[in-house]
Amino acid sequence: MPQEYKLLLKHADQTDYSNDLECYERHGGYKALKGALAIEADGDNTPQSILRKRVLDSGLRGRGGAGFSCGLKWSFVRHPNPKPVYLICNADESEPGTFKDRQIIYKDPHQLIEGMIISCWANHVNLAYIYIRGEFTEGAEILNAALNEARAKGYLGKNILDSGFDLEIHVHRGAGAYICGEETGLIESIEGKRPYPRIKPPYFPAALGLYMCPTIVNNVETLCNVKHIVEMGAEEYTKLGTPNNTGTRLISLSGDVKQPGYFEIETGKVTLGELIYDENFGGGIRDDNGLQAIIPGGSSSKILKAGETFSIGEDKIDLLDVPYDFDTLMKIGTMSGSGAIIVIDESRDIVECLANLAEFYAHESCGQCTPCREGSLWMNKALHRMTHGEARTEDAEYLLHIAQNIQGRTVCAFGEACSWPVLSFVNKFKDKFEAKALDTSEKEPAATS
Amino acid sequence: MAEEKQTAEPPVIETMTVKVDGREVEVPKLTQDWQGNMAPTTVLQACKLAGIEIPHYCYHPKLPVAGNCRMCLVHVGMPGRPGPDGKSPTNEDGSLKIDPMVLPYERQTPKGVIGCATNLVPGMEIYANSPETKQMREAVLESQLINHPLDCPICDQAGECKLQEYSSEHGQSESSFAEYKVHKPKKVDLGPRIMLDAERCVLCTRCIRFSRDIADDEALGIVNRGSYNTISTFLDTSFDNNYTLNTVDICPVGALTSKDFRFQMRVWFLKETKSLCTGCGTGCNTVVGSRENRMYRYEPRENNAVNGPWMCDSGRLNYKWIGSEDRLSEVTGASGWATAITEISAKLKEAQPGSVAIVGGARQTNEELYLLKKLANKLEAITDSAPRSGQGDKLLSCPDKNSNSTGSRLIGIANEELGSRFAEIAQGIEDGTITSLIVFGDDVTKHGINEALLDKLDLLVVSDILPNTTTSKAHYLLPGCAHTEKRGTFTNIKGQVQKFMKALAAPGDARPEWEFLHELVENTTGQNGFSTIEELFNQMTGEVEAFKDKELTWASLGDEGVTVKI
Repeated sequence: MPQEYKLLLKHADQTDYSNDLECYERHGGYKALKGALAIEADGDNTPQSILRKRVLDSGLRGRGGAGFSCGLKWSFVRHPNPKPVYLICNADESEPGTFKDRQIIYKDPHQLIEGMIISCWANHVNLAYIYIRGEFTEGAEILNAALNEARAKGYLGKNILDSGFDLEIHVHRGAGAYICGEETGLIESIEGKRPYPRIKPPYFPAALGLYMCPTIVNNVETLCNVKHIVEMGAEEYTKLGTPNNTGTRLISLSGDVKQPGYFEIETGKVTLGELIYDENFGGGIRDDNGLQAIIPGGSSSKILKAGETFSIGEDKIDLLDVPYDFDTLMKIGTMSGSGAIIVIDESRDIVECLANLAEFYAHESCGQCTPCREGSLWMNKALHRMTHGEARTEDAEYLLHIAQNIQGRTVCAFGEACSWPVLSFVNKFKDKFEAKALDTSEKEPAATS
Repeated sequence: MAEEKQTAEPPVIETMTVKVDGREVEVPKLTQDWQGNMAPTTVLQACKLAGIEIPHYCYHPKLPVAGNCRMCLVHVGMPGRPGPDGKSPTNEDGSLKIDPMVLPYERQTPKGVIGCATNLVPGMEIYANSPETKQMREAVLESQLINHPLDCPICDQAGECKLQEYSSEHGQSESSFAEYKVHKPKKVDLGPRIMLDAERCVLCTRCIRFSRDIADDEALGIVNRGSYNTISTFLDTSFDNNYTLNTVDICPVGALTSKDFRFQMRVWFLKETKSLCTGCGTGCNTVVGSRENRMYRYEPRENNAVNGPWMCDSGRLNYKWIGSEDRLSEVTGASGWATAITEISAKLKEAQPGSVAIVGGARQTNEELYLLKKLANKLEAITDSAPRSGQGDKLLSCPDKNSNSTGSRLIGIANEELGSRFAEIAQGIEDGTITSLIVFGDDVTKHGINEALLDKLDLLVVSDILPNTTTSKAHYLLPGCAHTEKRGTFTNIKGQVQKFMKALAAPGDARPEWEFLHELVENTTGQNGFSTIEELFNQMTGEVEAFKDKELTWASLGDEGVTVKI
């Protein structure tokens, strides 16, 4: 029977666990930091480079969406650097379907702070930011309270624990825009500007990030993992999960399941089918309906259709047997993204589902670059029309035409985020999109502008 | 700033070879960026050097790169990622293996790069006109147009609009768009001189970047989100610096319009004439747009030694006087030009040496001032020009509001300090030692030679364009031409000698001053040696010390002029 594996959420949900410093310390908190600060230089290797090597060796991959190696990302910043290096914790958690980072922020903020302090120490960072989504008002208060506690205890500020290391962390609240989760849009936002993502090249954060200084942007969950990697060692950490997909992942399970919620699993040790049907996880489809589709990694990941089978190398694999990890989901043409699984049962109108997503993306496009600005609203209008009794048989191809001209041509990955759902929904459910043209049951006229 | 760049020793720039549309092109590794600093050459710049225009909206060579319009997407081939040995993969013959770029997650789909922000890489191949590149362009253009109002028939930009041009060159005959368009305000009053049609805007942000990075005025920004984005000022503030009209020039579409020019004339009817702004001593290069002898607008003409591609609003709008109703257009004091010139010549010939004073306004051309100087030499006349000063700024506008103070100094009409001899002239008239006064283009009553003094003169010859107190006292009034009605040269405050061409016919009997001065000088001094403005200019540069060095000729001035030492 597949089980949860609680590494990050080991304590958070215990009934007697609270989010204050005293409780965190009672459960072993800030020991990893003390350990990290006590690391001694080894030959040419500075304590910092030893820590960075440890994170690289752990195989930790970013938990925000792209799944890029955290250690590799860190290695892009040159040391010593003539400019200050900044670290930003991306707590904008705005991918629809995702509600994992908030568990840590609300219930165990010190775990994040400890992970950040260690990461800052390892990367010569003396000033860090937590960029938290505007809707997490209480989360921001909790983080600020926790930072104050940490400051009072000497975990933050000047000369942390007599190590000579100085660090300040500021909480910066967003104002409710999805695009602020894009790392360069986030950086612009902290700088007080409209969060237009930057063009890359030349503005790679590792070289020209916040205030044009080298900047590391990591997700909440990623930074928490750093704490555990330092604590348990890279080798122990790699024993969790599967090769190249190490550690645990926080899964946000939502949609048509009996037990929606968040779960922590060893990466790749639980399948999609188990996550949906197993009693320890989703517990099956709502009303025991049949499964229609799964959005496996946040709303921008490509949808998977019930009954699909995939060839991976020699193997044939059924959708429900797909292990939930980074690589397998990539191989089957989608991604694990932010770890948010949205389950769609057969009672749902798949065109309505896409129309819902398209409306979100049209609203959240920042409008900086042409293909996304115009394309996201175009797709939304088309889908709105289709779901209001004015669908045409050519609309499936029409949607594909729009979406194909967005992906890969935009300033940031929002182009993919808004076009992938359309491409995958229409390609996999073309019959349902074409059938809309014959569906005359709803004749509300489409709205006008 | 621009001058320093010109005179500095040109640095040796290494070159590299890239393939553009299958053709090997050698291009410099470094090219000037928007601030004039040397930076790695981009794909867009390399294509331009290869004679291939990559379409673009947001890119402007004098503004920071934004990369938002995506119109300059081009498909390129790149060397493969280096292996463990640090070397990129090679073909069988040992040459670098170049792979057309594909989407990392969908390897059958080509991936483009934006030409404006992508630096050249050794071995790179640019497929500037491949089917893949064309498809990307068509798609971006289709997106630009879906919410565009397509109101070209009433749009001031029509005829010089990048949406129109690219639609014609790169567009498709029809759009698949089947939805309702987004509607935005069509008449947004951004400032005293600028009206925004938000529907036409392609959100390239050129205006925002110009205002922020060139005019140093963070006046513009974007409000709303996505397809509803709109250019805006801050609430309750006005877009009102002295450079706002440049945003109309750089707006690639009809979104930003000049209130002065709005709905006045279809641009394709305008005759374009190379000219100069006369608003101050900077001498911004301009293009005069005119039709049927009426001037409709000035536009800046790019000259990196002077004004770059910009000009100030006050200079740009300083043209209404040219077509004004009260222009001087009749010779007075004699029955016409012939008698007037004969009579004046005769009187000057009889004049005692030193009894004539000449005021040559510092808005007259070099050639006119040169002829006045010849006359002065013959008559041993005291000369001067009136100063005009006002406010300058850090960008273009200078405090000297004469267009040719430098010319007046170099030719020897005025001292270093303009107007410093007026007191002497006034005294001479008072004393009766000066009995004749010749005034070109200045109202001397504002400079210490009052009406009572003018009444004492035996001879007062005045040439001007508009009436003033001095012209009203003239014994002979000779109507002159605005700079748009003749040819000539000015020397700007930095010593740039620049020419301007004739755009309009002069009103009534008005004549270019150099033409009738020519006759006057010939009659009075017996000197000649030229019959055209070109010959006159060339004669002048052979005689005036400051112009000798550069062996200036009318032809060698070109469109942008030549700097002389001042």
